[in-house]
Amino acid sequence: MTEGFAKKSPTQIALVVLAILTVCLPALAQQQAAPATASNSVRAVLAASATAGSGYKSDAAAAQAAFNRAWTVFNSPRCRNCHPSGDAPLQGEDSHVHIQDVKRGADGRGVYGMRCNTCHQVANLPGANMPPGNPKWSLPPAHMKMVIQGETAGEFCRQLKDPAKNGQRTLAQIIEHVSSDDLVGWGWNPGDGRTLPPLDRPEFVAAMKAWVDNGAACPQ
Amino acid sequence: MISFTVNGKPVTVEDPPSTPLLWVIRDSLNLTGTKYGCGMALCGACTVHIDGQAVRSCVAPVSRAEGKKVTTIEGISPDLTHPLQQAWIEIDVPQCGYCQSGQIMSAAVLLAENSAPTDKDIDEAMSGNICRCGTYPRIRRAIHRAAEIKTQRGAK
Repeated sequence: MTEGFAKKSPTQIALVVLAILTVCLPALAQQQAAPATASNSVRAVLAASATAGSGYKSDAAAAQAAFNRAWTVFNSPRCRNCHPSGDAPLQGEDSHVHIQDVKRGADGRGVYGMRCNTCHQVANLPGANMPPGNPKWSLPPAHMKMVIQGETAGEFCRQLKDPAKNGQRTLAQIIEHVSSDDLVGWGWNPGDGRTLPPLDRPEFVAAMKAWVDNGAACPQ
Repeated sequence: MISFTVNGKPVTVEDPPSTPLLWVIRDSLNLTGTKYGCGMALCGACTVHIDGQAVRSCVAPVSRAEGKKVTTIEGISPDLTHPLQQAWIEIDVPQCGYCQSGQIMSAAVLLAENSAPTDKDIDEAMSGNICRCGTYPRIRRAIHRAAEIKTQRGAK
């Protein structure tokens, strides 16, 4: 390498250095971007805690602030619309009741000839107002409704933590669910014409982890 | 190429995998009883069965049928003897008729799963099938009648 440089003119060397920088700098910037996002997320959690008036003095306050941040995602239409208080799914940015009088059914996948995958495919269909899709497209089952619609952050948090209501999931399993479940992930790939949740998925997962790591206290 | 059965007959089609099943059924297989209504899974006119489950063929890619059993209105019985067909004729349900093949295909799933549906069951099962002529009262009567016919046949 040294010999190679020795044989080149200063101009050639400058060009080689410029090329290396051109290739490497964006990659380095990308590598730094991910931690920066996570760091921003944590800072935001701390800032939210501070603005709540309690400062960052207790784990409970940090946990509550983190959950309030995650709640903005849970309570977005992409999550809320399939976690209704009734037995019909919701639609649209205004979370109106799904047209066609669609029902939850015992397994969360509809009834008779009105099953979710009667219309919803394994992937989003292109075009505005076309049915979105995922292989697991469904509501929570009737025995575990996991309601978001009409709940406060605290009410939903307590529901989410209750093994009797969350499918016997531990906190670690809840983190795993929000981190890797494909249908949860659909929220960030909702197809044409649908808004995204207010946080991206890594930010959302970071908030949920911060909630658990600080003791998983629920907002009031 | 995609292979599946339609009304018990094996078929292989060369349509692109993303082609809506409706167009394969109508244009490639010449089974025109299934109708195009909205093209957005909103009206139910295009309803067929895949392995016994109702599917809106206007939005289902033909790839979804690979290796499966597709049933269209033409295949619900070979001789108009399905209880729903008998009841539909007896009560003279259709007006213009355009939506009726979809109505019958949805009703067939209901009857397969519930041999004595209530009005509420019928509402829940049929609310995705729109009829611009407003034949809903006759559809409801015909489903109740078909359930009776089915029960009577089962009792013999």
